Amino acid sequence: MKHIKTINKANLKETAKKGGCGKCQASCQSACKTSCTVANQKCER
Amino acid sequence: MIHKYKLNGYNIVLDTNSGGVHIVDDLTYDLLDNVEAPFEDKCPRNVVEKLSRFYPEEDINSCYDEIVQLYNDKILFSEDDYEKFAKYSVASPVKAMCLHIAHDCNLRCEYCFASTGDFGKGRKLMSFETGKKAIDFLLEKSGDRENLELDFFGGEPLMNFNVVKQIVEYARSREKEFGKRFRFTITTNGMLLDDDKIEFINKEMSNVVLSIDGRKDVNDNIRKRVDGSGCYDVILPKFKKLVEKRGDKEYYVRGTFTKHNLDFSEDVFSLYNEGFDQISVEPVVCEPEAPYALTEKELSSIFSEYERLSARILENEKHGGKFNFFHFMLDLDQGPCAIKRLRGCGCGNEYVAITPDGDIYPCHQFVGLEEYKMGNLEDGTFNLDMKAEFAASHVYTKPECKKCWAKFYCSGGCNANNYIYAGDIHNAHKFSCQLEKKRLECAIMMKAARLECEIAE
Repeated sequence: MKHIKTINKANLKETAKKGGCGKCQASCQSACKTSCTVANQKCER
Repeated sequence: MIHKYKLNGYNIVLDTNSGGVHIVDDLTYDLLDNVEAPFEDKCPRNVVEKLSRFYPEEDINSCYDEIVQLYNDKILFSEDDYEKFAKYSVASPVKAMCLHIAHDCNLRCEYCFASTGDFGKGRKLMSFETGKKAIDFLLEKSGDRENLELDFFGGEPLMNFNVVKQIVEYARSREKEFGKRFRFTITTNGMLLDDDKIEFINKEMSNVVLSIDGRKDVNDNIRKRVDGSGCYDVILPKFKKLVEKRGDKEYYVRGTFTKHNLDFSEDVFSLYNEGFDQISVEPVVCEPEAPYALTEKELSSIFSEYERLSARILENEKHGGKFNFFHFMLDLDQGPCAIKRLRGCGCGNEYVAITPDGDIYPCHQFVGLEEYKMGNLEDGTFNLDMKAEFAASHVYTKPECKKCWAKFYCSGGCNANNYIYAGDIHNAHKFSCQLEKKRLECAIMMKAARLECEIAE
């Protein structure tokens, strides 16, 4: 494309279909403890 | 829903519902203000006429075609059809626990949300018996979850380190029988670290969070010992030793910035220059009346500093330097699934905090708020109605979150902050939201910049 460059490959919607296994880390158990960021975590499936 | 912004020379367009991230030229950026789904075959004539004052008509038409193609690929103006998944947001097994091993501290940090360690409830250490009951509770409530997380928190956990060791030993002894794997983490101010503790922590803890605020004067101005002197000179060599011996295992040096160090990128780089490469420096959470509080007045300075920090990190990378800044870490391809993003942190449902008395709270930030006490390990109470309430709390039950472009990144924010500062776990704490959105914009811009660097190479 000449005008638009897409920089990610994944589509969040695809992950909804098979997601929710619960294997990933609880979000506040990392460095945070005072502010919630979920998207910086890893999928552990 | 799309969100578009300009930062550090990049025009960025984020498609909220697909997570699509696009770098666009000026024409696309302007055209997106004038078109929306559903799309016609050709760019509407009035739009072409409006923009042809600035751009060639041929380019406008080809740009429109690209927008339509991305729409058809469902990565631009994609539909919000997640609410059906949100309905399945029901009670889950408990898989993570914050163990308040010591409601006591050997520092008197002015901004401490735990009221210098005791959470306003008196200084206490957790007994091994209570710790054991906490492990049994987690084993019993964790259902089919195999990975269990246990964070030793305080106060200062090293003030009760023998009990930490006993609990780890006990938990490990039950892993096989229950088919579970414990992942321990510990958060420490470092004052009591010695070689033995470093060895134990590096062997047993999958992550360790080391509290230090950055530059010596910044740290010592607020992280004080009981006699009022700063702790920097004591903790820095201990942290360096721990990290040096830790190998590849996870750790973070974790600082807090306040109104007193709005130039906090200096603190991030001070930590980096001391040899740390996993760094988190986060905004203070406190009452707005506190002298060090961050308020709306500081917002533009904080925004500028996040921009400065992101640019400095990119510049550092160009010269071969590399470190992780926790709040700019974002994996656009392998991040958490949409279901996790809907539900958020999991507090009160998948995650609980236990006090030295065995009281159960939704998380460490709720500790001390009687109305949110969920039960107690001694008397075996556990409020399942409250658990269900937290389970059902997600981005679609939070009115402001539902319409926010950042909802799948912060997942509704911190429920405790929402309750304490906005009156209800479902009300967005707007100040935190504004910071979160700025950090996301910076983090996404950094992805774009890195990609450009890769292409140039």
